[in-house]
Amino acid sequence: MTAALPEKFGERLWRFPGGLRLRHFKQMACQSAIQRIKPAGLHRVQLDQQCGPEPTFVVEPGQTVLAGEPIARGSDPLSVTLHAPTSGTVVAIEQRPTLHASARPGPCVIIEADGKDHWFSYPKLDQSASRQVLLEALAERGVVGLGGALFPSHAKLGGGDQDSVLILNGAECEPYIACDEMLMRERPEQIVRGAELMLKALGSSRCVIGIEDTMGGVRRTLMDAVKRLGLKALISVVKVPTIYPEGGERQLIKVLTGLEVPSGGLPIDLGLICHNVATAAATHEALANGAACISRVSTVTGPAIEKPGNFEARIGTPLQRLISAAGGMKSDVSRLVIGGPMMGFTVKDTSTGITKAANCVLALDWEETRRKQPQMPCIRCGRCEDVCPASLQPQKLYFFAREENYERMQADDLFDCIECGACAYVCPSHIPLVDYYRHGKAEIKHRREEAIRATRSRQRFEARERRIAAKEQARQQRLESRKKKLNAGGPDGDAVAAAVARAKERKAATKPATKEPEQ
Amino acid sequence: MKGLESAGSPHWAPPTSIRGVMLHVLLALIPGVLAHWYFFGIGILIQIILAVSFALLFEAAALKLRGRDMRLFLTDLSAPLTAVLFALCLPPLLPWWASMTGMFFAIVVAKHLYGGLGHNPFNPAMVGYAVVLISFPVHATHWLAPAGIAMYTPDFQDVIRAILFQIPPGGMTWDAISEATPLDVIRTGASQGIMIPEIRGDAIFGDFGGRGWEWIANCYALGGLFLLWRKVITWHVPVAMILATIIASSPFWLANPDVHPAPLEHVFTGGLILGAFFIATDPVSGCTTRRGKWIFGIGVGLLTLVIRRWGSFPDGVAFAVLLMNMAAPFIDRHVNPRTFGK
Ligand code: SF4
Ligand code: SF4
Repeated sequence: MTAALPEKFGERLWRFPGGLRLRHFKQMACQSAIQRIKPAGLHRVQLDQQCGPEPTFVVEPGQTVLAGEPIARGSDPLSVTLHAPTSGTVVAIEQRPTLHASARPGPCVIIEADGKDHWFSYPKLDQSASRQVLLEALAERGVVGLGGALFPSHAKLGGGDQDSVLILNGAECEPYIACDEMLMRERPEQIVRGAELMLKALGSSRCVIGIEDTMGGVRRTLMDAVKRLGLKALISVVKVPTIYPEGGERQLIKVLTGLEVPSGGLPIDLGLICHNVATAAATHEALANGAACISRVSTVTGPAIEKPGNFEARIGTPLQRLISAAGGMKSDVSRLVIGGPMMGFTVKDTSTGITKAANCVLALDWEETRRKQPQMPCIRCGRCEDVCPASLQPQKLYFFAREENYERMQADDLFDCIECGACAYVCPSHIPLVDYYRHGKAEIKHRREEAIRATRSRQRFEARERRIAAKEQARQQRLESRKKKLNAGGPDGDAVAAAVARAKERKAATKPATKEPEQ
Repeated sequence: MKGLESAGSPHWAPPTSIRGVMLHVLLALIPGVLAHWYFFGIGILIQIILAVSFALLFEAAALKLRGRDMRLFLTDLSAPLTAVLFALCLPPLLPWWASMTGMFFAIVVAKHLYGGLGHNPFNPAMVGYAVVLISFPVHATHWLAPAGIAMYTPDFQDVIRAILFQIPPGGMTWDAISEATPLDVIRTGASQGIMIPEIRGDAIFGDFGGRGWEWIANCYALGGLFLLWRKVITWHVPVAMILATIIASSPFWLANPDVHPAPLEHVFTGGLILGAFFIATDPVSGCTTRRGKWIFGIGVGLLTLVIRRWGSFPDGVAFAVLLMNMAAPFIDRHVNPRTFGK
């Protein structure tokens, strides 16, 4: 399946359909080095920070924990262990609003830092460890995709083989977000070593790091690290044009390889494994340094942030602390967004703790914010279609959505929409197209589940009917065979006749009592 | 934190608006209007003012009757744009009531009866023009001679008197001052069996199209390039339409240049350039998909040729656009781009 992959990466680049050139505002947050935010006070760690099944808590309120000590585990092959962000006491385990688009409450553990930040360490692993050991360690040490998808890394890497190619995504998807660029500038060795370990866990020997062409000097920095570590034969770095949504996995793969991840499929279908550069750095920390994945670098930025910058904070650190570290919010702040201006989601509660997915905390002011109203009618200008990276026809999907024609939405490939927001951004009528698609997807999923539930209960019902019928049949058969046996006229024919007469009599006697009232 | 909004992505303020798009198109028409003014006098400005006023009036009335948000829709500039495009098709001395009738059909019938902005299957400006052309065929063909060969260019007062009271300027008769358009000349000439090269000897012809007309067309093309540069329109429709016109008229011309006009004459006379950049590119009544735009443009180009050659009107752009408007939803339904990864 890897037959169509290019021999060498970067010699030729392809284009993905659609896309937009956006102002990127990265430099805003790149004025100073990554700052560490010391763990202190309360950390609210939510259970839901990996896709796949939720693990279950293995700590109890009142218990003391160390930084990096497991606090929740699962038994599913996709499960990833969750760890305490710092040393201290488990104050409570309770339902709290989570950092999620829906802000729905979910199980959280509240840990009060003791200020000592004592660590629980795992054994250090290196290249000599076997593939299996590395994969298990990744799951146990909590490494998930830090690009935002939170997909368990061990599951991705475990699905490859020696022909797979590891693509490290260093193309920041959205404007304003600069954490990956800063990481590549400041910790190139961590990333490169992490990539080496990932290759080992994957069992392959080819890695390409894709970065944006606007990241001046980053390629040099990374290549220097690659050379220093003697990995030139394994790892290459390729610059790709900065076109939104270049950082999308499918788009980056198209640009680097010319191949399209099949609709409904995964990169692995093409023999590709895609990881974020931050995940590579976390892999290095987790495996080579034995430190569970409990922190990440987030960009805190936007026109309504006083001193934008990049901050390394433990998971569960309240948003408020990151914002204060960046000088606080200006008074004309309109929205607080987790993620970028195109795909992020809004939060209102700044006491929510950050997750492994929180790559950016963006504070927009009113001027930069899209107004909810007014919305004009679609004028069928086709701009949305021109920018759609999935080659969909957003205006058609929108019409079907308004008619609540979910079948047509699905038939027109609604589920290939990556919700990049490019269409809604360029729409001159200011139609919140993505809202319609999200709603459509939710509705279709809901109906599908309903249908499944209906089928299930019908099946249950039918099975029950069948069971009853079978029982009845068996009873009948038993009766028949008994009758036959009796009729076959044992030696004692009279005895049978007498028994029958007795039974009849009995029946007659009980009849009035059991008779159903007639309608 | 109070005051923080919650909303779905994207969060960034959009870079364009309907008003912005319409404004761009209006700006892009300025060179063409100026050229028109230069060659045919101030009449075009008066026609624009009249048509825009009627358009806004009808738009306001329709919005009011339909209970729509007046401030929002009256300021979206879509009605003024329709009016300007309509006015650019009219002879400069057209009486005011003809313009009013045209605008009534454009705004009230073609636009609002079909559901208002974004819902009109037909290009309102072309509906208005077609109504004027059919209802007032005599007035609608009272063109003036372009500057350079005109004996007399009407001044402001003449124009006002002509438009308001139908008094022909300079104490002349309508017949004396009106001049056939180049396309009319070709048509009548051809029907009388006169050879094209001979017809082209007429002073009304310029280098490749009609005198004056070709310069106006150039100015429209300039505006069209501005729209392309600003990404207000895509290149598909204009390119498809002009290419189709050139390619389809070439064999005839090559076979018999005596009876068939040259391809470039087709392009630079009449409303073809205006149509290619400003009218067939109307998003609402055209095709949305890229391939659809190709088909739409080719269709308009071919139909224009057919109407010019065999139809009963000298210029076919308006009718070609209206015919393709009918086909647009059908075309869009049948050309779907390939979804990424499929
Ligand atoms: S960009 Fe907006 S107005 Fe234009 S076709 Fe798409 S949905 Fe309609
Ligand atoms: S949000 Fe969906 S439909 Fe809109 S441009 Fe992105 S992929 Fe296309």
